[in-house]
Amino acid sequence: MRRKGVSYSKFGYIFSFPFILAFLVFSLYPVLYTAVIGFTDMKGVIPKPIHILDHPFQNFKDLIFDNVSFRTSLSNTALIWIANFIPQIVLALLLTAWFTNRRIKVRGQGAFKVLLYMPNIITASTIAVLFNSLFSYPMGPVNSLFEMLGFTHSPVNFLQDKTTAQGIVAFIQFWMWYGNTMIILIAGVMGINPALFEAAAIDGANGFQTFFRITLPSLKTIMLYTLITSTIGGLQLFDIPQLFLYGGPDDATLTTSVFIYGQAFKGSYMFNRAAAASMIMFVMAAILSGLLFYLMRDRDAARLKKAQMKIDKAAQATARGI
Amino acid sequence: MAKIQKDATVSLNINKTIIYIVCIALSLLSILPFWIMFVNATRSTPEIQSGLSLLPSTHMMTNLDVLLSKSFDPLKGFFNSLIISGFSTLCAVYFSSLTAYALVVYNWRGRQAFFTFIMLVMMIPAQASAIGFYKFMYQLHWTNSFLPLILPAIAAPAIVFFMRQYLLATLSIEMVEASRIDGAGEIYTFNRIVMPIMIPAIATQAIFAFVANWNNLFMPLILLTEKDKYTLPIMVSLLKGDIYKTEFGSIYMGLSLTVLPLFVIYFLLSRYIIAGVALGGVKE
Repeated sequence: MRRKGVSYSKFGYIFSFPFILAFLVFSLYPVLYTAVIGFTDMKGVIPKPIHILDHPFQNFKDLIFDNVSFRTSLSNTALIWIANFIPQIVLALLLTAWFTNRRIKVRGQGAFKVLLYMPNIITASTIAVLFNSLFSYPMGPVNSLFEMLGFTHSPVNFLQDKTTAQGIVAFIQFWMWYGNTMIILIAGVMGINPALFEAAAIDGANGFQTFFRITLPSLKTIMLYTLITSTIGGLQLFDIPQLFLYGGPDDATLTTSVFIYGQAFKGSYMFNRAAAASMIMFVMAAILSGLLFYLMRDRDAARLKKAQMKIDKAAQATARGI
Repeated sequence: MAKIQKDATVSLNINKTIIYIVCIALSLLSILPFWIMFVNATRSTPEIQSGLSLLPSTHMMTNLDVLLSKSFDPLKGFFNSLIISGFSTLCAVYFSSLTAYALVVYNWRGRQAFFTFIMLVMMIPAQASAIGFYKFMYQLHWTNSFLPLILPAIAAPAIVFFMRQYLLATLSIEMVEASRIDGAGEIYTFNRIVMPIMIPAIATQAIFAFVANWNNLFMPLILLTEKDKYTLPIMVSLLKGDIYKTEFGSIYMGLSLTVLPLFVIYFLLSRYIIAGVALGGVKE
């Protein structure tokens, strides 16, 4: 865009200035501030002079080595995430295979997509309280349903049992997100070159072979994208465990985010400990983002650059030869 | 030969039947919890405790009266949520489009570095900065204000990323140059020539930004402590408190009221929403 006479490049700075300013004030500064708080003795409601600890990493050490709750929250987050992600990706893949199968041609796909995606758009806090009511004991809708269908003979106290409580949180996550994953995967399949499927059909491949030999390998990048965004999302899991059972029973649904919120804002005001936990979480998210960044980088651009460099080198070599 | 073909059709039909059964079952699984919620919002507490029903009863108004007689104020929550979500969506889409425009049209030093940086910070979780953000806002006396929930939306890296892709695909530099020759200023060109081109992308991103803000619990919960500032998701947490302990009908009624606006929006815009998800880059 550079032209003789008028240079417009200053507008590049002017137009991105609001973004940069908002980012510096509302994102970068708070992150750095949080990091600093993690090294201090800041606690309590009343502001008082704070000091960097004598052993700066004391808060981090305490969390990782001595804090049972924090470690439980990490393992809960991982457990709930795995219990939701594996069924989620399997079901999403199955539905994708069905909805994109040219021979089967499922009718009413549009309506199915709308309905399966629906839970994703509803407020997570409402869903958490709703499921808390649905699973109530002894006379909740789910208990009634299970007895009607003959699954159980006496009411089950789902919310007091650690395993069922975790299971329900994982189920809610699964139920809210599989539709989303499915739509992303279907879009991925639509992007595959149709000639590949035609060639497979001509070679006489059946549905299974086409799916496992063509669809799945072509979806690798998109599945990695889903995997990483879902992990980062899972790391931040807050609304559902917070409003479902406040992290209970007996810390069974305490996730890292619920732990951070609890430390800082529910009576104990341990800002330093919460900040240190935030930083540990931040580092984990940063590593995952780095992976995603590496994965999503502009491959064609990188390849072009490489090719260009090769040409330049060759040109130089020729020039030197002369 | 005919027999083989017939066998194939039969197995295809069996497959199809299984697929429809599973899809219908999953659709029911999506609907049923909300159906029970709406039905129970019309039933009295004894009715709810006596078992499951899929047909509405007659206690809707009683439930509503009980609900509203206590601290749950859905109208207040609705308007607070509307103000926060509305303004932060405006900030997010306008300034993201502007930033994307700066990245695409102008050739400035640091442009590439800035874009790389935007991709890097796309995934910073809110929790990572929450403590520092809260302390900072506390020092500014901005807790219980809507500003800290609206202004950060100006820097929305994921939306900038999406808008940049869109501009790269649709904007022709000739159009911008023609506007310049006609003597239009840069900001005028952006507002009057470029923004209209971007409407499809803006609409998609606006829907998702609005819904994400509307559903957000973490930040409002930390910053807003006065009851008349509560957003709908915080209001929902009141339903779990002691005040509605045995008023099950009212709890379901409160939940239904918070879901209703989303249902209306979703079924009006579902086509665009699904298309938007398919475009990717929406996952939170």
